[in-house]
This record gives sequence, C-alpha cells and structure tokens, in this order.
Amino acid sequence: MARPLRRDGRATFFRSPAFSRRRSVDPERRAVAADPIDEPAMTEPVPQFPPSRLRFAGGEFAVAVGLIAFAVVVMWQTFAIPVSPLYSKVGPTIAPHLNWIFLLVLGLGLLGQALRGGWQSDEEKESPVDFIALGFVAAGLAANVLLIEPAGFTIASVAMFVLVARGFGSQRWLRNAGIAFVLALVAHLGFAGLLGIDIGGGIVENAVGSALGIVKG
Amino acid sequence: MDALANLAAGFAVAATPMNLLWCLLGVTLGTAIGVLPGLGPGLTIALLLPITFKVDPTAAFILFAGIYYGAMYGGSTTSILLNTPGESATIVTALEGNRMARNGRGGAALATAAIGSFVAGQIGTLGIAFLAPQVVEMALAFGPADYFALMVLSFVTVSAMLGSSALRGLVALTFGFFLGLVGVDLQTGQPRFTFGLPEMLDGINVVIVAVGLFAVGETLHVAARWRRGHDEIVPLRGSLWMTKDEWSRSWKPWLRGTAFGFPIGALPAGGAEIPTFLSYWTEKKLAKNPEEFGKGAIEGVAGPEAANNASAAGVLVPMLTLGLPTSATAAIMLSAFQSYGINPGPMLFQTQPQLVWGLIASLLIGNVMLLVLNLPMIALWVRMLHIPAPLLYAGVLVFATIGTYGISRSPVDLMLLYAIGFVGFVMRRYDFPTAPVVIGMILGPAAEQNLRQALTISAGDWTVFLTRPLSATFLAIAAIALVAPHFWELVKKPRIEHHLVQD
Repeated sequence: MARPLRRDGRATFFRSPAFSRRRSVDPERRAVAADPIDEPAMTEPVPQFPPSRLRFAGGEFAVAVGLIAFAVVVMWQTFAIPVSPLYSKVGPTIAPHLNWIFLLVLGLGLLGQALRGGWQSDEEKESPVDFIALGFVAAGLAANVLLIEPAGFTIASVAMFVLVARGFGSQRWLRNAGIAFVLALVAHLGFAGLLGIDIGGGIVENAVGSALGIVKG
Repeated sequence: MDALANLAAGFAVAATPMNLLWCLLGVTLGTAIGVLPGLGPGLTIALLLPITFKVDPTAAFILFAGIYYGAMYGGSTTSILLNTPGESATIVTALEGNRMARNGRGGAALATAAIGSFVAGQIGTLGIAFLAPQVVEMALAFGPADYFALMVLSFVTVSAMLGSSALRGLVALTFGFFLGLVGVDLQTGQPRFTFGLPEMLDGINVVIVAVGLFAVGETLHVAARWRRGHDEIVPLRGSLWMTKDEWSRSWKPWLRGTAFGFPIGALPAGGAEIPTFLSYWTEKKLAKNPEEFGKGAIEGVAGPEAANNASAAGVLVPMLTLGLPTSATAAIMLSAFQSYGINPGPMLFQTQPQLVWGLIASLLIGNVMLLVLNLPMIALWVRMLHIPAPLLYAGVLVFATIGTYGISRSPVDLMLLYAIGFVGFVMRRYDFPTAPVVIGMILGPAAEQNLRQALTISAGDWTVFLTRPLSATFLAIAAIALVAPHFWELVKKPRIEHHLVQD
C-alpha cells in the first residue's frame, strides 16, 4: 500500500489536501485503513504515537509565533491609522481591526496545535530541507534583482537561470546559459513584446534591437 | 427558452475568426501548462493579465477561460502518466489512471478522461447558461448586509475545503485579507499598512502575490526537496480507441460524475475535491467488480475526471453572477474583470450580455477543440512531460520576472515577489493552502466595502447581519460549516482513507 505520492515535482495550484491528510493520518486510523494482506509491515503493532508526535514541534512553533508577531505588527499599524471623527463608527480601521484580531486568534490556535505536537506530516518532517539547493535558488533570485537594472533583463535572466538550474542539480553551466539566453530573448521579444510589457533595455537588448533594426532596414 | 436565444447570440460573438483564434490559443496554452508540472492556470492567467490593456474584454476572457478549461484536460494527462496529481481534484484520477497506465492501458485511461471531461464540460457549460440567470434573479434582492454574509459563508467554506485544515485555510485567507488592505482606502483616501513606502500606496498587485506564491514559492519548495526522487513517466501504451466494454463502463460514471461536480462547484463554497471523491466512492459502490478498484478500474478515472471538469464549470456560476470566486484561478479572472472596470455580479448579465454569452459559447467551442487536442495529439503533450525539472523551474522564474518587473520596472516589486515567494515556501512546507491567500486578497476589499455599507445604512448597528433573514441564514450556514467538517471527517474520512491507502 501507500507508496507515498510525492507532492513536490508537480506544482500545485490548489494545495493537495488529501495528500497531506493521508500522510498525516493518525496511526490508529492507518492501522485500520491499511489492508493487512497488502502490507505485511502494517500488521505489526503500531505504536500509539510515533515519537515525532511526542516531541515539541519546533518548526510549527516558529510558524505560530511568527504569525502572532505578524498579528501584533498589524495591530500596531492599525492603531497608527488616523481616523477622522467623521468616520468614527464605520471608518477605514474597521476591517484592519478585524484582521489583526483574526490573525491573533488563528495564531494562538496554531500555537496550541504546535504545543500538542504540531500538524506537519511525518513525511514532510522526515525530509530535510536541502539548504544547498535552496541557497543556489536564492542566489539566482538575488542575482536577478541586482543585475536587472544595471545589466538588463537578458543578462539577469541568464544568471538567475543557471543558478536556479544548479539548485535543481544541473551542472551543465554552458548549455544552461545558452538555453537561458535564447529563452530570455524569445520571452523578451515575443511574450513581453506581444503583451506590450516594457521590461527595459540592456546591453544585449539594445544590441539585438539594433541588429533587428538593421535587418528590417 | 431565453437561455437558448442568448446562447445563439453568444455563438455569433464567439464564432468570429479572431475569437476562435483566441479560444484555440487559450485551450492550447491551457493544455500545455496543465501538463507541465510547476505551472497552473492561475499563474498563467496572472502572467497574462497585461493583455487586458491590449485587447477587448471578450477576447481576453475567451483566452482566460480557454486556459482554465485546458489546464483541466492537461492535468489529467500528467496524473495518469506521472502519478503526481497537480491538484487535489486529480488525486483520484492518479490512483486508478496511473495503475491503468502501468498495466498497459494508458491509452484507454487518457481517452476516458478526455471524453469524460468533454461530456462533463459541455453539460456543465450548458448548466451555467441555464442556472446563471436564475442565480441573477435571486442575487438582485441582496443588500450589502446579505452580500457580506454570503462572502463570510464563502470564506469559511473555501478555507475549509481548499486545505487539509480549516484553521490553516483561515490563516491563509486572513493573510490574503491583509495583503488586500495594503494601500489607500478607496472610501476615505486614508493610506493603510504602507509602512511609509510610496510604492505601497497603490496596494500590492495581485500578479505579485499569485506569481510569488505559485511560481517562486513552488520553486523553492521543490528545490528544497528535489533529491527525494523523481517520478517515472509511464510510457503511453494501449490504443486510444476504447473498446466497446470500456465505453459501456465509462458513460454512466461520466454522467454521475457530472451530476456530482456541477452542483457542488456552483455552490459559493466551490471545491473540486469533494465531488471527485464522492464520484470515486459511488463508482466503487456501484461497480460490478469493485475488487478492480485500486488496480486500475476505468470507472475510477471516468467518474472523477467528469466530476472535476463539471465542478470547474460550476465555479464560473458564482464568479459571474455574484462576483464570488471560489478558486484562485477564478479570483484572478475576477481581478481581470476589475482591470476593465467591469464588476461581475448580477448586473453583468444585463450590462455585458455579449461578453457573458460569448464567453459561455466559447467554452462550448473550446471543449470541442480540447477533445481534438487531447486525443489525436496526445503524444505531443506527453513529450512535454520530459522537460527536465532544472530547466522548467528556471524558465518559470524567467517568465515570473517579466510578469512582475513589467508592472513598473521596479526592483522593489521583485523583492516583494521573492518575499511573498518565501512566505509561499513556508506555507507549502507547513501545509497551508495557498489559494485562499489570492481569494482573500481579491475578495477582501469587496467584503470590506459591503460591511461598511451595511453598517453605514444601519448607523453602526452590527445586529443588521442577524436581523435580515437572508444574511442571518448565510451566517448560520457559515457557522455550521465551521463545525460540521469535524463530523464529516469522523463519518467519511476512514472510508476515503481506505481507498487512498490501497494505492
């Protein structure tokens, strides 16, 4: 049974609740649900609580505290909104007040869950974050932000592309740079051009633009 | 038979050569992004929003709706051949469909999915044509208090249905509200949550949020765990022509799936997941050989796929008639309406009949195109599955840059994009649904406006929401919806789990 469907690899537009539901099934229920004939491992007595459920859930705790901190910032900023007496009853702060109250209540709810062992599925918990991969992707994003104004879209895209691809394990720098160069130019001239988006010029763009101008004549 | 006359007029709009081209472009693009892991219709429509400055609204919505429908077809191909359902709604398709593909019957699985989607899509679209005018009649009686209560109901059900936990769904939704509040308050001119940054006065662009969550957040999430193995792509085998037996096992599930999908999708709650599970469960109950389920039963592909597409059609009913989007894609389409200065809602059918009926007619045409694209030309789409992940995700980020940087050529927008992407990554890692963020961001301001109007009319008296019968009813249902899922899970979940665990 239960070859865990992975949920990476495929971007989800909606999150896939049933996945996580399925992976976060209570152990008792899993024992009921699993067909013992299909899955001999499951016929072994299942511990009432897997160890991870007893431990303090650090990640979830951080998320809950982060949300509560965010709620406090929203509260602070809400009280900073000046209200004209004209709108004292139904003014611009009514929704912001509701917003921080909700955030705070929901944050406390999450905190309660975090203290009771958290909600993250075992599968997700057991898969460590690949910080090297994340680091390359983040470096790619940073390169894009830093290069896009001085060097232009195409060069920034090439830098981002090769770094992100490296994050996903592709080390064929030259090939990737070539693909990125063509893709960025096509996206710039085709996609952005057709949509009428102006993403600015750069060394490469200007060169290609004048080359095209010469061809058109 | 008003609807038929309107539909005929709609065909006159949709069948112009230009609009047929937009439709073809939409369904082709939709199928492609549906097939590609890492891309969804919401992200695609968000990236294409600038087109609203260039073409007339009818053409833009024909394009967007084509993408929306096309992604449903493409998604089932990926579920069947790759076993990585992109949406919760295609989980069940992946279960049985992938088994069929492994058993060498991938052709039949793809065929029953495509034809079932077609049947359900056509019935569902006709359902829009007949149901929407009725909803409009009802909605004309709504006051601001009723609208607000209906939105509360929709918020509660959407957050409960789009994720595995209502609490985390509500967190996502409330975060979306906050993003929607940033900027100048339209009624008083008061800036809110701008943190002193002039860039924030206009508010946060929905493109940045959608692209940040669905492209950047997704990329970070996948990158953080790409070493955990890759799915094998099951080569396409088996004839695409279904046998007589396969036809006779498919047609009833198609119709039953449609009967589940359309009404549930048309509720202001939305959610394609529940109808697909209901359909799967029903087909298993009714099957002559239920032991085949879990080993590749064609009914388990035919029914849920139809339910999925019918509910996608149903979602358009509250979107068009009430201005209530119940999926992130619908929310982004709503923001496209807003960029034209059009307000979806009961008046839309009177003020923009050629747009609405042209759109509905083009969906009927688009479905025919999709059937052709997804059966005879399936091999083309299967090849797209082989694009390596490093190139795919890096490429997605290049397009994300265009969509974001193109808004105002400001690196601040890119930084905001990546910050929201990081939030999206944390949300994905900690199992928060991301779609409610976008829905909350789009619907939050509308809810706030109705709240303030209702309170202004009642001179600040909050009981107005409880004394109006319609509003009180909506709020009561919302309260029940918050509590009921716990009972629902107690009763139903073991069964659904049971099917799933037998994968």
